[in-house]
Amino acid sequence: MDFSFLQDSWELLLKGFWVTLRVFFASGLIALVLGTFVAVARVSPVPAMRAVGTAYVTLFRNTPLLLLLFITYYGLPAMGIDFGFFWNVSLAAGLYTAAFVCEALRSGINGVPLGQAEAARAVGMPFSMTMTQVILPQAFRLVVPPMASVFIALAKNTSLVAALGLADIAFRLQGLMRDYPSSRTAVFLTIAAMYIIIVAAISLVASWAERRWKVESR
Amino acid sequence: MSTLLFDVPGPRARRRHQILSVVTVVVVTAFLGLVVWRFASTGQFDYELWEVFVTPAYIEIILEGLYYTLLAAVMAIAGALMFGMLFGIGKLSDHAWVRWPCWAIVEFFRAVPLFILITYLWALYRFQIELLAPLVIGLILYNGSVLAETFRAGINAVPKGQVEAAYALGMRKSAVMRIVQLPQAIKIMTPAIISQCIVALKDTSLGYIIVAPGLTYAGRQIWREFDNHLQVALVLGAIYIILNLCLEQLGRFAQRRLTESRTVQGDAGADDATLAVR
Repeated sequence: MDFSFLQDSWELLLKGFWVTLRVFFASGLIALVLGTFVAVARVSPVPAMRAVGTAYVTLFRNTPLLLLLFITYYGLPAMGIDFGFFWNVSLAAGLYTAAFVCEALRSGINGVPLGQAEAARAVGMPFSMTMTQVILPQAFRLVVPPMASVFIALAKNTSLVAALGLADIAFRLQGLMRDYPSSRTAVFLTIAAMYIIIVAAISLVASWAERRWKVESR
Repeated sequence: MSTLLFDVPGPRARRRHQILSVVTVVVVTAFLGLVVWRFASTGQFDYELWEVFVTPAYIEIILEGLYYTLLAAVMAIAGALMFGMLFGIGKLSDHAWVRWPCWAIVEFFRAVPLFILITYLWALYRFQIELLAPLVIGLILYNGSVLAETFRAGINAVPKGQVEAAYALGMRKSAVMRIVQLPQAIKIMTPAIISQCIVALKDTSLGYIIVAPGLTYAGRQIWREFDNHLQVALVLGAIYIILNLCLEQLGRFAQRRLTESRTVQGDAGADDATLAVR
Protein backbone atom coordinates (compact mmCIF):
# COMPACT_ATOMS: atom_id res chain seq x y z
CA MET A 1 0.00 0.00 0.00
CA ASP A 2 1.31 3.41 -1.01
CA PHE A 3 1.03 6.15 1.59
CA SER A 4 3.26 8.63 -0.27
CA PHE A 5 0.30 10.94 -0.89
CA LEU A 6 0.62 11.98 2.75
CA GLN A 7 3.79 13.92 1.93
CA ASP A 8 1.88 16.44 -0.16
CA SER A 9 -1.45 16.43 1.55
CA TRP A 10 -1.00 15.98 5.28
CA GLU A 11 -1.63 19.68 5.79
CA LEU A 12 -4.88 19.46 3.84
CA LEU A 13 -5.97 16.49 5.92
CA LEU A 14 -5.15 18.19 9.21
CA LYS A 15 -7.15 21.25 8.16
CA GLY A 16 -10.04 18.96 7.29
CA PHE A 17 -9.69 17.24 10.66
CA TRP A 18 -10.01 20.61 12.37
CA VAL A 19 -13.16 21.43 10.36
CA THR A 20 -14.67 18.06 11.32
CA LEU A 21 -13.92 18.75 15.00
CA ARG A 22 -15.48 22.21 14.81
CA VAL A 23 -18.67 20.90 13.20
CA PHE A 24 -18.75 18.14 15.82
CA PHE A 25 -18.47 20.53 18.77
CA ALA A 26 -20.89 23.10 17.34
CA SER A 27 -23.60 20.58 16.50
CA GLY A 28 -22.92 18.62 19.70
CA LEU A 29 -23.56 21.73 21.78
CA ILE A 30 -26.82 22.46 19.95
CA ALA A 31 -27.89 18.82 20.36
CA LEU A 32 -27.06 18.68 24.07
CA VAL A 33 -28.90 21.90 25.01
CA LEU A 34 -31.92 21.35 22.77
CA GLY A 35 -32.10 17.62 23.55
CA THR A 36 -32.22 18.31 27.30
CA PHE A 37 -35.12 20.73 26.86
CA VAL A 38 -37.00 18.25 24.67
CA ALA A 39 -36.41 15.46 27.21
CA VAL A 40 -37.76 17.59 30.07
CA ALA A 41 -40.75 18.53 27.92
CA ARG A 42 -41.41 14.83 27.24
CA VAL A 43 -41.63 13.95 30.95
CA SER A 44 -43.29 17.17 32.12
CA PRO A 45 -46.76 17.21 33.75
CA VAL A 46 -48.18 19.46 31.01
CA PRO A 47 -49.77 17.36 28.23
CA ALA A 48 -49.22 20.02 25.56
CA MET A 49 -45.48 20.09 26.28
CA ARG A 50 -45.31 16.30 26.18
CA ALA A 51 -47.02 16.36 22.78
CA VAL A 52 -44.55 18.91 21.44
CA GLY A 53 -41.60 16.83 22.68
CA THR A 54 -42.98 13.64 21.14
CA ALA A 55 -43.67 15.41 17.85
CA TYR A 56 -40.11 16.77 17.78
CA VAL A 57 -38.56 13.35 18.32
CA THR A 58 -40.84 11.63 15.79
CA LEU A 59 -40.16 14.24 13.11
CA PHE A 60 -36.41 14.57 13.49
CA ARG A 61 -35.57 10.95 14.23
CA ASN A 62 -37.33 9.70 11.13
CA THR A 63 -35.98 12.25 8.66
CA PRO A 64 -32.66 11.42 6.97
CA LEU A 65 -29.94 13.84 8.07
CA LEU A 66 -29.09 14.57 4.45
CA LEU A 67 -32.57 16.02 3.88
CA LEU A 68 -32.28 18.15 7.03
CA LEU A 69 -28.99 19.43 5.66
CA PHE A 70 -30.71 20.39 2.42
CA ILE A 71 -33.39 22.21 4.40
CA THR A 72 -30.97 24.23 6.52
CA TYR A 73 -28.38 24.79 3.80
CA TYR A 74 -30.62 25.60 0.84
CA GLY A 75 -33.97 26.17 2.56
CA LEU A 76 -33.15 28.64 5.32
CA PRO A 77 -31.41 31.15 3.02
CA ALA A 78 -34.31 30.79 0.58
CA MET A 79 -36.58 31.80 3.46
CA GLY A 80 -34.40 34.80 4.16
CA ILE A 81 -32.71 33.29 7.24
CA ASP A 82 -28.97 32.71 7.00
CA PHE A 83 -26.55 31.85 9.80
CA GLY A 84 -23.60 31.45 7.45
CA PHE A 85 -22.26 28.31 5.80
CA PHE A 86 -20.75 26.73 8.91
CA TRP A 87 -23.73 27.19 11.21
CA ASN A 88 -26.27 26.31 8.53
CA VAL A 89 -24.82 22.82 8.19
CA SER A 90 -24.01 22.40 11.91
CA LEU A 91 -27.59 23.30 12.76
CA ALA A 92 -28.96 20.33 10.79
CA ALA A 93 -26.68 17.86 12.59
CA GLY A 94 -27.57 19.50 15.92
CA LEU A 95 -31.33 19.37 15.37
CA TYR A 96 -31.10 15.75 14.22
CA THR A 97 -28.93 14.60 17.12
CA ALA A 98 -31.07 16.46 19.70
CA ALA A 99 -33.82 13.88 19.12
CA PHE A 100 -31.41 11.08 20.02
CA VAL A 101 -30.00 12.99 23.01
CA CYS A 102 -33.57 13.40 24.24
CA GLU A 103 -34.29 9.68 23.98
CA ALA A 104 -31.05 8.73 25.73
CA LEU A 105 -31.74 11.20 28.51
CA ARG A 106 -35.31 10.01 28.89
CA SER A 107 -34.11 6.46 29.41
CA GLY A 108 -31.81 7.86 32.09
CA ILE A 109 -34.65 9.73 33.76
CA ASN A 110 -36.61 6.47 33.81
CA GLY A 111 -33.56 4.82 35.35
CA VAL A 112 -33.45 7.07 38.40
CA PRO A 113 -35.15 5.15 41.21
CA LEU A 114 -38.73 6.26 41.77
CA GLY A 115 -38.15 6.75 45.48
CA GLN A 116 -35.93 9.72 44.64
CA ALA A 117 -38.72 11.65 42.95
CA GLU A 118 -41.11 10.66 45.71
CA ALA A 119 -38.66 11.80 48.38
CA ALA A 120 -38.16 15.10 46.57
CA ARG A 121 -41.91 15.60 46.46
CA ALA A 122 -42.20 14.62 50.12
CA VAL A 123 -39.88 17.45 51.15
CA GLY A 124 -42.05 19.80 49.11
CA MET A 125 -40.07 20.30 45.92
CA PRO A 126 -42.04 21.37 42.86
CA PHE A 127 -41.50 19.61 39.49
CA SER A 128 -38.89 22.13 38.29
CA MET A 129 -36.79 21.66 41.42
CA THR A 130 -37.21 17.87 41.49
CA MET A 131 -35.96 17.87 37.93
CA THR A 132 -32.97 20.22 38.25
CA GLN A 133 -31.82 19.21 41.74
CA VAL A 134 -32.57 15.50 41.96
CA ILE A 135 -33.47 13.76 38.71
CA LEU A 136 -31.40 15.37 35.96
CA PRO A 137 -28.00 15.31 37.73
CA GLN A 138 -28.39 11.57 38.28
CA ALA A 139 -29.92 10.96 34.88
CA PHE A 140 -26.92 12.60 33.17
CA ARG A 141 -24.58 10.30 35.07
CA LEU A 142 -26.64 7.22 34.27
CA VAL A 143 -26.77 7.88 30.54
CA VAL A 144 -23.05 8.20 29.85
CA PRO A 145 -22.84 4.97 27.77
CA PRO A 146 -25.89 5.60 25.54
CA MET A 147 -24.93 9.27 25.24
CA ALA A 148 -21.46 8.20 24.07
CA SER A 149 -23.09 6.15 21.31
CA VAL A 150 -25.17 9.19 20.30
CA PHE A 151 -22.06 11.37 20.07
CA ILE A 152 -20.07 8.72 18.22
CA ALA A 153 -22.92 8.61 15.71
CA LEU A 154 -22.80 12.40 15.51
CA ALA A 155 -19.05 12.40 14.86
CA LYS A 156 -19.58 10.01 11.96
CA ASN A 157 -22.65 11.89 10.73
CA THR A 158 -20.69 15.14 10.46
CA SER A 159 -19.07 13.57 7.38
CA LEU A 160 -22.32 14.33 5.53
CA VAL A 161 -21.56 18.06 5.51
CA ALA A 162 -18.96 17.19 2.86
CA ALA A 163 -21.87 16.47 0.50
CA LEU A 164 -22.66 20.20 0.68
CA GLY A 165 -19.06 21.23 0.14
CA LEU A 166 -17.75 21.97 3.64
CA ALA A 167 -14.08 20.98 3.46
CA ASP A 168 -13.90 18.42 6.28
CA ILE A 169 -11.87 15.18 6.12
CA ALA A 170 -14.62 13.29 4.29
CA PHE A 171 -14.58 16.03 1.64
CA ARG A 172 -10.92 15.26 0.90
CA LEU A 173 -11.60 11.61 0.13
CA GLN A 174 -12.86 12.05 -3.43
CA GLY A 175 -10.22 14.60 -4.37
CA LEU A 176 -7.34 12.55 -3.02
CA MET A 177 -8.62 9.35 -4.58
CA ARG A 178 -8.77 11.17 -7.90
CA ASP A 179 -5.29 12.65 -7.56
CA TYR A 180 -3.64 9.44 -6.36
CA PRO A 181 -5.58 6.70 -8.14
CA SER A 182 -3.04 4.00 -7.30
CA SER A 183 -3.33 4.58 -3.54
CA ARG A 184 -7.10 4.77 -3.21
CA THR A 185 -7.19 2.19 -0.44
CA ALA A 186 -4.42 4.01 1.45
CA VAL A 187 -6.38 7.26 1.23
CA PHE A 188 -9.51 5.53 2.47
CA LEU A 189 -7.70 3.88 5.37
CA THR A 190 -6.01 7.14 6.38
CA ILE A 191 -9.28 9.06 6.50
CA ALA A 192 -11.03 6.14 8.21
CA ALA A 193 -8.25 6.17 10.83
CA MET A 194 -8.89 9.86 11.52
CA TYR A 195 -12.53 9.09 12.27
CA ILE A 196 -11.51 6.12 14.38
CA ILE A 197 -9.32 8.50 16.43
CA ILE A 198 -12.35 10.69 17.15
CA VAL A 199 -14.53 7.68 17.98
CA ALA A 200 -11.84 6.25 20.27
CA ALA A 201 -11.44 9.61 22.02
CA ILE A 202 -15.18 9.80 22.71
CA SER A 203 -15.14 6.22 24.05
CA LEU A 204 -12.21 7.05 26.33
CA VAL A 205 -13.87 10.17 27.72
CA ALA A 206 -17.07 8.19 28.21
CA SER A 207 -15.42 5.36 30.11
CA TRP A 208 -13.55 7.89 32.26
CA ALA A 209 -16.78 9.78 32.97
CA GLU A 210 -18.62 6.58 33.70
CA ARG A 211 -16.08 5.56 36.33
CA ARG A 212 -15.85 9.06 37.74
CA TRP A 213 -19.59 9.76 38.01
CA LYS A 214 -20.86 6.32 38.83
CA VAL A 215 -24.12 6.53 40.80
CA GLU A 216 -23.44 4.50 43.92
CA SER A 217 -25.85 2.36 45.93
CA ARG A 218 -28.71 2.08 43.48
CA MET B 1 -43.65 5.54 34.03
CA SER B 2 -42.48 9.12 33.93
CA THR B 3 -45.86 10.35 35.19
CA LEU B 4 -44.70 9.25 38.64
CA LEU B 5 -42.20 12.10 38.66
CA PHE B 6 -44.97 14.43 39.81
CA ASP B 7 -48.05 14.25 42.02
CA VAL B 8 -51.64 14.08 40.91
CA PRO B 9 -52.16 17.83 40.41
CA GLY B 10 -54.27 19.73 42.91
CA PRO B 11 -56.46 22.71 42.01
CA ARG B 12 -53.59 25.20 41.94
CA ALA B 13 -51.24 22.93 39.98
CA ARG B 14 -54.01 22.17 37.55
CA ARG B 15 -54.52 25.86 36.91
CA ARG B 16 -50.78 26.30 36.45
CA HIS B 17 -50.69 23.39 34.00
CA GLN B 18 -53.56 24.89 32.08
CA ILE B 19 -51.69 28.19 31.83
CA LEU B 20 -48.52 26.36 30.74
CA SER B 21 -50.53 24.41 28.16
CA VAL B 22 -51.87 27.64 26.72
CA VAL B 23 -48.38 29.16 26.73
CA THR B 24 -46.96 26.10 24.94
CA VAL B 25 -49.70 26.17 22.32
CA VAL B 26 -49.21 29.90 21.81
CA VAL B 27 -45.43 29.58 21.49
CA VAL B 28 -45.65 26.67 19.05
CA THR B 29 -48.34 28.39 17.01
CA ALA B 30 -46.28 31.59 16.95
CA PHE B 31 -43.23 29.64 15.77
CA LEU B 32 -45.16 27.84 13.05
CA GLY B 33 -46.78 31.16 12.12
CA LEU B 34 -43.32 32.69 11.80
CA VAL B 35 -42.26 29.86 9.51
CA VAL B 36 -45.38 30.24 7.37
CA TRP B 37 -44.87 34.01 7.27
CA ARG B 38 -41.23 33.58 6.16
CA PHE B 39 -42.40 31.08 3.54
CA ALA B 40 -45.05 33.47 2.28
CA SER B 41 -42.93 36.63 2.29
CA THR B 42 -40.06 34.96 0.42
CA GLY B 43 -42.41 33.36 -2.09
CA GLN B 44 -41.78 29.74 -1.03
CA PHE B 45 -45.49 28.99 -1.39
CA ASP B 46 -45.48 29.98 -5.08
CA TYR B 47 -47.43 27.51 -7.10
CA GLU B 48 -44.67 26.89 -9.65
CA LEU B 49 -42.35 25.64 -6.88
CA TRP B 50 -44.89 23.05 -5.74
CA GLU B 51 -46.50 22.30 -9.10
CA VAL B 52 -44.05 19.45 -9.84
CA PHE B 53 -45.52 17.37 -7.05
CA VAL B 54 -48.92 17.23 -8.79
CA THR B 55 -47.49 16.77 -12.28
CA PRO B 56 -47.88 13.10 -13.31
CA ALA B 57 -44.53 12.93 -15.12
CA TYR B 58 -42.68 14.03 -12.00
CA ILE B 59 -44.77 11.94 -9.64
CA GLU B 60 -43.56 9.06 -11.77
CA ILE B 61 -39.94 10.11 -11.20
CA ILE B 62 -40.56 10.22 -7.43
CA LEU B 63 -42.30 6.84 -7.47
CA GLU B 64 -39.41 5.36 -9.40
CA GLY B 65 -37.05 6.81 -6.81
CA LEU B 66 -39.21 5.34 -4.06
CA TYR B 67 -38.99 1.94 -5.75
CA TYR B 68 -35.19 2.02 -5.85
CA THR B 69 -34.99 3.32 -2.29
CA LEU B 70 -37.18 0.47 -1.04
CA LEU B 71 -35.26 -2.02 -3.17
CA ALA B 72 -31.94 -0.83 -1.70
CA ALA B 73 -33.40 -0.87 1.82
CA VAL B 74 -34.77 -4.40 1.51
CA MET B 75 -31.53 -5.76 0.05
CA ALA B 76 -29.47 -3.91 2.67
CA ILE B 77 -31.60 -5.11 5.59
CA ALA B 78 -31.66 -8.72 4.40
CA GLY B 79 -27.90 -8.65 3.81
CA ALA B 80 -27.21 -6.90 7.12
CA LEU B 81 -29.23 -9.49 9.03
CA MET B 82 -27.20 -12.30 7.49
CA PHE B 83 -23.92 -10.44 7.98
CA GLY B 84 -24.86 -9.59 11.55
CA MET B 85 -25.85 -13.14 12.43
CA LEU B 86 -22.69 -14.56 10.89
CA PHE B 87 -20.29 -12.14 12.56
CA GLY B 88 -22.24 -11.97 15.82
CA ILE B 89 -21.85 -15.73 16.18
CA GLY B 90 -18.28 -15.44 14.90
CA LYS B 91 -17.41 -13.05 17.69
CA LEU B 92 -18.63 -15.63 20.21
CA SER B 93 -16.62 -18.43 18.65
CA ASP B 94 -14.37 -20.57 20.82
CA HIS B 95 -11.60 -20.39 18.24
CA ALA B 96 -9.40 -17.30 18.47
CA TRP B 97 -8.65 -17.39 14.73
CA VAL B 98 -12.37 -16.95 14.04
CA ARG B 99 -13.09 -14.56 16.90
CA TRP B 100 -10.33 -12.06 16.17
CA PRO B 101 -10.97 -11.34 12.48
CA CYS B 102 -14.70 -11.10 13.21
CA TRP B 103 -14.02 -8.64 16.01
CA ALA B 104 -11.72 -6.52 13.83
CA ILE B 105 -14.14 -6.39 10.89
CA VAL B 106 -17.12 -5.49 13.07
CA GLU B 107 -15.25 -2.78 14.98
CA PHE B 108 -13.79 -1.27 11.80
CA PHE B 109 -17.05 -0.95 9.91
CA ARG B 110 -18.84 0.37 12.97
CA ALA B 111 -16.34 3.19 13.36
CA VAL B 112 -16.07 4.30 9.72
CA PRO B 113 -18.67 6.82 8.49
CA LEU B 114 -20.97 5.41 5.84
CA PHE B 115 -20.29 8.44 3.68
CA ILE B 116 -16.62 7.63 3.10
CA LEU B 117 -17.28 3.88 2.94
CA ILE B 118 -19.78 4.31 0.11
CA THR B 119 -17.60 6.85 -1.70
CA TYR B 120 -14.66 4.46 -1.53
CA LEU B 121 -16.63 1.43 -2.71
CA TRP B 122 -17.98 3.50 -5.56
CA ALA B 123 -14.52 4.70 -6.60
CA LEU B 124 -13.19 1.17 -6.38
CA TYR B 125 -15.74 -0.35 -8.72
CA ARG B 126 -16.62 2.65 -10.79
CA PHE B 127 -18.51 1.85 -13.98
CA GLN B 128 -18.09 -1.87 -13.44
CA ILE B 129 -21.17 -2.67 -11.42
CA GLU B 130 -24.66 -1.30 -10.99
CA LEU B 131 -24.82 2.06 -9.20
CA LEU B 132 -27.00 0.70 -6.42
CA ALA B 133 -24.29 -1.82 -5.46
CA PRO B 134 -21.85 0.45 -3.55
CA LEU B 135 -24.77 1.85 -1.55
CA VAL B 136 -26.17 -1.57 -0.72
CA ILE B 137 -22.78 -3.09 0.10
CA GLY B 138 -21.91 -0.12 2.30
CA LEU B 139 -25.23 -0.36 4.11
CA ILE B 140 -24.77 -4.11 4.64
CA LEU B 141 -21.26 -3.67 6.05
CA TYR B 142 -22.26 -0.87 8.42
CA ASN B 143 -25.66 -2.08 9.61
CA GLY B 144 -24.48 -5.67 9.64
CA SER B 145 -21.67 -4.74 12.02
CA VAL B 146 -24.08 -2.96 14.34
CA LEU B 147 -26.44 -5.94 14.18
CA ALA B 148 -23.55 -8.30 14.93
CA GLU B 149 -23.21 -6.58 18.29
CA THR B 150 -26.97 -6.75 18.78
CA PHE B 151 -27.02 -10.48 18.03
CA ARG B 152 -24.09 -11.10 20.33
CA ALA B 153 -25.84 -9.27 23.17
CA GLY B 154 -29.07 -11.13 22.43
CA ILE B 155 -27.37 -14.51 22.43
CA ASN B 156 -25.64 -13.67 25.70
CA ALA B 157 -28.99 -12.60 27.18
CA VAL B 158 -30.48 -16.08 26.76
CA PRO B 159 -30.47 -17.64 30.25
CA LYS B 160 -27.48 -19.90 30.79
CA GLY B 161 -29.58 -22.74 32.16
CA GLN B 162 -31.18 -23.20 28.75
CA VAL B 163 -27.83 -23.77 27.10
CA GLU B 164 -26.81 -26.18 29.84
CA ALA B 165 -30.10 -28.03 29.51
CA ALA B 166 -29.61 -28.30 25.75
CA TYR B 167 -26.11 -29.74 26.25
CA ALA B 168 -27.53 -32.11 28.85
CA LEU B 169 -29.97 -33.40 26.25
CA GLY B 170 -26.99 -34.26 24.10
CA MET B 171 -27.19 -31.45 21.54
CA ARG B 172 -24.01 -30.37 19.84
CA LYS B 173 -22.76 -26.79 19.91
CA SER B 174 -24.14 -25.85 16.51
CA ALA B 175 -27.53 -27.32 17.40
CA VAL B 176 -27.63 -25.40 20.68
CA MET B 177 -26.98 -22.17 18.78
CA ARG B 178 -29.45 -22.97 16.00
CA ILE B 179 -32.33 -24.43 18.02
CA VAL B 180 -32.02 -22.83 21.45
CA GLN B 181 -30.02 -19.61 21.49
CA LEU B 182 -30.64 -17.93 18.13
CA PRO B 183 -34.46 -18.14 18.01
CA GLN B 184 -34.75 -16.61 21.48
CA ALA B 185 -32.10 -14.01 20.80
CA ILE B 186 -34.02 -12.85 17.73
CA LYS B 187 -37.19 -12.46 19.79
CA ILE B 188 -35.39 -10.47 22.48
CA MET B 189 -33.69 -8.33 19.87
CA THR B 190 -36.69 -7.55 17.66
CA PRO B 191 -37.00 -3.90 18.82
CA ALA B 192 -33.28 -3.26 18.31
CA ILE B 193 -33.41 -4.92 14.90
CA ILE B 194 -36.39 -2.80 13.85
CA SER B 195 -34.70 0.44 14.87
CA GLN B 196 -31.64 -0.65 12.90
CA CYS B 197 -33.91 -1.23 9.90
CA ILE B 198 -35.12 2.35 10.25
CA VAL B 199 -31.50 3.53 10.32
CA ALA B 200 -30.78 1.54 7.15
CA LEU B 201 -33.86 2.95 5.42
CA LYS B 202 -32.87 6.51 6.32
CA ASP B 203 -29.31 5.93 5.16
CA THR B 204 -30.46 4.92 1.68
CA SER B 205 -30.66 8.69 1.17
CA LEU B 206 -26.84 8.59 0.95
CA GLY B 207 -27.23 7.21 -2.57
CA TYR B 208 -27.29 10.93 -3.42
CA ILE B 209 -23.50 11.12 -3.08
CA ILE B 210 -22.78 8.50 -5.70
CA VAL B 211 -25.78 9.41 -7.88
CA ALA B 212 -27.39 6.02 -7.25
CA PRO B 213 -31.09 5.83 -8.17
CA GLY B 214 -33.45 6.51 -5.26
CA LEU B 215 -35.54 9.22 -3.65
CA THR B 216 -32.71 11.72 -3.20
CA TYR B 217 -31.61 11.19 -6.80
CA ALA B 218 -35.18 11.88 -7.92
CA GLY B 219 -35.06 15.01 -5.78
CA ARG B 220 -31.85 16.13 -7.46
CA GLN B 221 -33.47 15.73 -10.89
CA ILE B 222 -36.43 17.84 -9.79
CA TRP B 223 -34.59 20.71 -8.16
CA ARG B 224 -32.12 20.91 -11.02
CA GLU B 225 -35.06 21.87 -13.17
CA PHE B 226 -37.20 23.94 -10.82
CA ASP B 227 -34.66 25.28 -8.31
CA ASN B 228 -36.89 24.33 -5.36
CA HIS B 229 -34.53 22.63 -2.89
CA LEU B 230 -36.64 23.45 0.16
CA GLN B 231 -39.88 22.10 -1.28
CA VAL B 232 -38.24 18.91 -2.55
CA ALA B 233 -36.51 18.28 0.79
CA LEU B 234 -39.80 18.78 2.68
CA VAL B 235 -41.73 16.40 0.42
CA LEU B 236 -39.00 13.72 0.49
CA GLY B 237 -38.67 14.13 4.25
CA ALA B 238 -42.40 13.52 4.62
CA ILE B 239 -42.13 10.37 2.48
CA TYR B 240 -39.27 9.06 4.64
CA ILE B 241 -41.16 9.82 7.86
CA ILE B 242 -44.24 7.95 6.62
CA LEU B 243 -42.12 4.96 5.53
CA ASN B 244 -40.35 4.84 8.89
CA LEU B 245 -43.57 5.08 10.88
CA CYS B 246 -45.00 2.20 8.83
CA LEU B 247 -41.85 0.19 9.52
CA GLU B 248 -42.12 0.97 13.23
CA GLN B 249 -45.77 -0.14 13.27
CA LEU B 250 -44.81 -3.33 11.46
CA GLY B 251 -42.09 -3.92 14.04
CA ARG B 252 -44.51 -3.40 16.90
CA PHE B 253 -46.89 -5.90 15.31
CA ALA B 254 -44.10 -8.45 14.86
CA GLN B 255 -42.95 -7.90 18.41
CA ARG B 256 -46.47 -8.54 19.75
CA ARG B 257 -46.86 -11.67 17.67
CA LEU B 258 -43.50 -13.02 18.74
CA THR B 259 -43.94 -12.32 22.44
CA GLU B 260 -47.53 -13.52 22.59
CA SER B 261 -46.49 -16.98 21.54
CA ARG B 262 -43.98 -17.19 24.34
CA THR B 263 -44.47 -18.61 27.78
CA VAL B 264 -44.86 -16.26 30.74
CA GLN B 265 -41.32 -16.35 32.06
CA GLY B 266 -39.62 -14.91 28.99
CA ASP B 267 -41.80 -11.82 28.69
CA ALA B 268 -40.00 -9.62 31.19
CA GLY B 269 -36.80 -9.60 29.17
CA ALA B 270 -38.63 -8.66 25.99
CA ASP B 271 -40.34 -5.75 27.74
CA ASP B 272 -37.05 -4.47 29.05
CA ALA B 273 -35.64 -4.49 25.56
CA THR B 274 -38.64 -2.51 24.32
CA LEU B 275 -38.12 0.11 27.02
CA ALA B 276 -34.45 0.49 26.24
CA VAL B 277 -35.03 1.31 22.61
CA ARG B 278 -38.27 3.21 22.58
